[in-house]
Amino acid sequence: MLDTPTTRKPYVTGMDSRRSAGMLALGAHTILTMVFLYAPIVVLVAFSFTRDSFGVRWTGFTLDWYRRLLADQRLLGAALNTLYVALTSTIVSTIIGTMTALAMERYHFRGRTGFDALLYLPIVIPEIVMALALLAFFAFSFGILELLSGLRLQMGLGTVTIAHIAFTISFVVVVVRASLKGFDMRLEEAAQDLGANEWQTFRHITLPLILPGIIGGALLAFTLSLDDFIITFFTTGPGTSLLPVEVYGQVKRAITPKINAISTLMLLVSITLVFLSQFIQRRR
Amino acid sequence: MALETLTSEPRESRVAALLRRSERFRLGLLLFPGLFWLLLFFALPLVVVVLYSFATPGPTGRVEWHFTLANYGTLFTESLYVNAYLRSIWAGVLTTLICLLAGYPLALYIVRRPPRWRTVLLFLILIPFWTNFLVRTYAWMIILSNNGIINSIIQALGLPRVALYPSEGAVLIGLIYGNLPFMVLPIFASLDRFDFTLLEAAADLGADQTRAFLRVMLPLTMPGIAAGSVLVFIPTVGQFVVSDLLGGAKVDYLGNLLQRLFTRSNPPNWPLGSAMAIVFMAVLTVAILLYFRITTEQDR
Amino acid sequence: MKNGIAVDLRNVVKRFAEVYAVDHVSMQIRDGEFFSMLGPSGCGKTTTLRMIAGFEFPTAGEIALHGKLVGTTPPFRRNVNTVFQSYALFPHMTVAENVAFGLQMKKTPQAEIARRVEEALDLVRLGGFSGRRPRQLSGGQQQRVALARALVNHPEVLLLDEPLGALDLKLRKEMQLELKSLQERVGITFIYVTHDQEEALTMSDRIAVMNAGKVLQVGTPTEIYERPVCRFVADFIGETNFIEGLAGGVEPDGVATITTDDGLTFRAQTTRPVTPGAKVTLSIRPEKAFLAVQSPPPGTPNCFPVTVARVAYIGSDTRIDVRLGQGRLFDLWEQNSRSTLDRDAYWQPGETGFLWWPAENALVLTE
Repeated sequence: MLDTPTTRKPYVTGMDSRRSAGMLALGAHTILTMVFLYAPIVVLVAFSFTRDSFGVRWTGFTLDWYRRLLADQRLLGAALNTLYVALTSTIVSTIIGTMTALAMERYHFRGRTGFDALLYLPIVIPEIVMALALLAFFAFSFGILELLSGLRLQMGLGTVTIAHIAFTISFVVVVVRASLKGFDMRLEEAAQDLGANEWQTFRHITLPLILPGIIGGALLAFTLSLDDFIITFFTTGPGTSLLPVEVYGQVKRAITPKINAISTLMLLVSITLVFLSQFIQRRR
Repeated sequence: MALETLTSEPRESRVAALLRRSERFRLGLLLFPGLFWLLLFFALPLVVVVLYSFATPGPTGRVEWHFTLANYGTLFTESLYVNAYLRSIWAGVLTTLICLLAGYPLALYIVRRPPRWRTVLLFLILIPFWTNFLVRTYAWMIILSNNGIINSIIQALGLPRVALYPSEGAVLIGLIYGNLPFMVLPIFASLDRFDFTLLEAAADLGADQTRAFLRVMLPLTMPGIAAGSVLVFIPTVGQFVVSDLLGGAKVDYLGNLLQRLFTRSNPPNWPLGSAMAIVFMAVLTVAILLYFRITTEQDR
Repeated sequence: MKNGIAVDLRNVVKRFAEVYAVDHVSMQIRDGEFFSMLGPSGCGKTTTLRMIAGFEFPTAGEIALHGKLVGTTPPFRRNVNTVFQSYALFPHMTVAENVAFGLQMKKTPQAEIARRVEEALDLVRLGGFSGRRPRQLSGGQQQRVALARALVNHPEVLLLDEPLGALDLKLRKEMQLELKSLQERVGITFIYVTHDQEEALTMSDRIAVMNAGKVLQVGTPTEIYERPVCRFVADFIGETNFIEGLAGGVEPDGVATITTDDGLTFRAQTTRPVTPGAKVTLSIRPEKAFLAVQSPPPGTPNCFPVTVARVAYIGSDTRIDVRLGQGRLFDLWEQNSRSTLDRDAYWQPGETGFLWWPAENALVLTE
């Protein structure tokens, strides 16, 4: 990479060979790292098709584990719950996040820096702290509510959804703000100049142009919600089961090819979502 | 002209004032939902944790509202807690360091590739970034298990099996594996902005490779290193899934204790858990501030 | 076309925090004229334009479009259109969709939209490009789309904010002529903002020269160049030599005598009353002074023996710096009207000669 200009003569050959030697080492490192990153994934996927009932070595091909998966009502229910939470929280946090991003990028107001900090905090705070804070908060406020009105609320899908919205808003804001930063304000002026009022300007110009950013933010929120374990684990209630929590419980007991199968499916969903988000970003 | 300026000091017209007020109304409308949600479901919960940390744990796990500092006292006196803090921070430092050493050259290689390859390689880094942490940790259980691939290879070589998992080594592997992409992406971003002709300029002025790297490239990519380190360090120190699954819950990390105090132990002890979380946040803040001070000093 | 005044600015002020971007500007722009606002960056010309468009509202003062006050009317309720410096074409729409946008906002019937869009694109010679996206067009083509998008609405006034700034020199010259002939064909009032004096001189019927938020002079290109009212205008438009001194008496034909502190005496034209004894500046453009080999006949005004200090041959003319009096440098241009390689035909450094000019070629400036 870096070249020494001590001698003039070997300028061409010496530098090139050095460069390629450096790049070769970096390339080898990259390949090894990629193997490190992908070998576990490949093994996991492969062993979801093994006959071995411990799911850790190859003893022949079968689709049996996927069949059993589909018959597992408990897992399917958990998957549906997860999907419900992810969809609801994504819709809400995308709307709120987009509004917040617009406010932050378009206006200057007192307390803006403070709010900026509040927006970044959920991203950098250790997830477990946010999770136990939400647990404490729900228990605390439900307790007060019961004391005041006799109403007994319980943790469940509702609390999980609220918590997921709270931790995904910030991510949506970051993504949408990035797309607003590249937005040429002159375009809005041009639209108004041509007779579009504020709403028409937003509808015909601003929204279509920042839509890739909004969709990108929504996909990120959806993935985060779908995959989240820690906050879900702390804010869910008895009798409500969500997929990552369910998988965690089963994994703690034993490795089984069935978990390999469900994990493979979860990987598949995630990878599809990455592709989708990259595709949308490229089209911009 | 000067006289005229003095006499006709411009005043805002009524219409302009009204428009400005409607702008403010619009801002309020846009701002309210986000502010409301984050204050109620993020800031307020943190306040509740602070409250709990000064409360007294009851015998059945119920919280009694008598002010006490005993929770904080316990944290600093009982070796169980002190050790958990130290162990977690050590794991965080080690993971961050290894991720940095592995991630920087990786990012450098990707940046120097032609655009098509860059896209593909970056994408390969992004996939683990987007996939489930739990699933990726679980994958290592399969590989490291007693009858797993690595042990099969060892056996095939005629050597005795090794108990690779559960172990602290397995935890470290899991942590590096889970966090590497978080290090690579910010470093990639800062290397992407780096002007590589600066290296030629440094070489032209007589700097050898090492010095050109240390004096030019490293300082200019420091923001990426700092961001990546924070992104790896914070979740690593607070994690409990990896140590639970790959460590077999044999040794206690900070996250495991927090999880146990809040959900599993019988009876749960929320006040102690809250105090532990508060101290954890304080330690993290100090560590990150220190780190930023060091990295920005190198900048100069 | 009520009173022939398209835009009337009365004492318009725009203040950003404590800074006066536009400081009590009053101007009248006539119907159908090509009017330019010329000045260095930050002089308030763009802010003035943006207030006419409605993107900014004046802090004080009034703006009237054809007699109707529009001070705080939002841009979408003004029949005024803008061609932006960056063109601001909507990247997610085709050329035709861009041009149709204004008409759609006015709920014009589809058939009429189609007809007028086609007309407008033909007007700017972009007939076959309606299906393209802005980014598939060259800079010059994008600029024409922006023009068509504005003109299709038949605005009362067309505002152009340095529309040629992003084009290269050759294309810019072409577009200058094209814009001018387009304006003559459509007969719409153009208000053109530029910092390029040559562009303003080439295209405009009238020019307003601005600096530091104020209008210094409004006039035809000839008036601005030949009769600048102050030192700034004389300096900003073209090049000139300034000589500072004290005014003496003014003769009935308006010629004044000026004496410098190093004892030189000049005679120059006045356009405004000058008090004898006042500090004034004499402005003489380099192409309006002459260098003679032999002493001109006695009685020639403004005649001084000089030494050639520097010579720059630039093709069409030769620029010569001469030294007069106590080392004072003076710049003059001599047209190369003869084609020759003979060294003797050109002035060389160190040669001596006589600098002179008729009194009416120089101007006395009081500000």
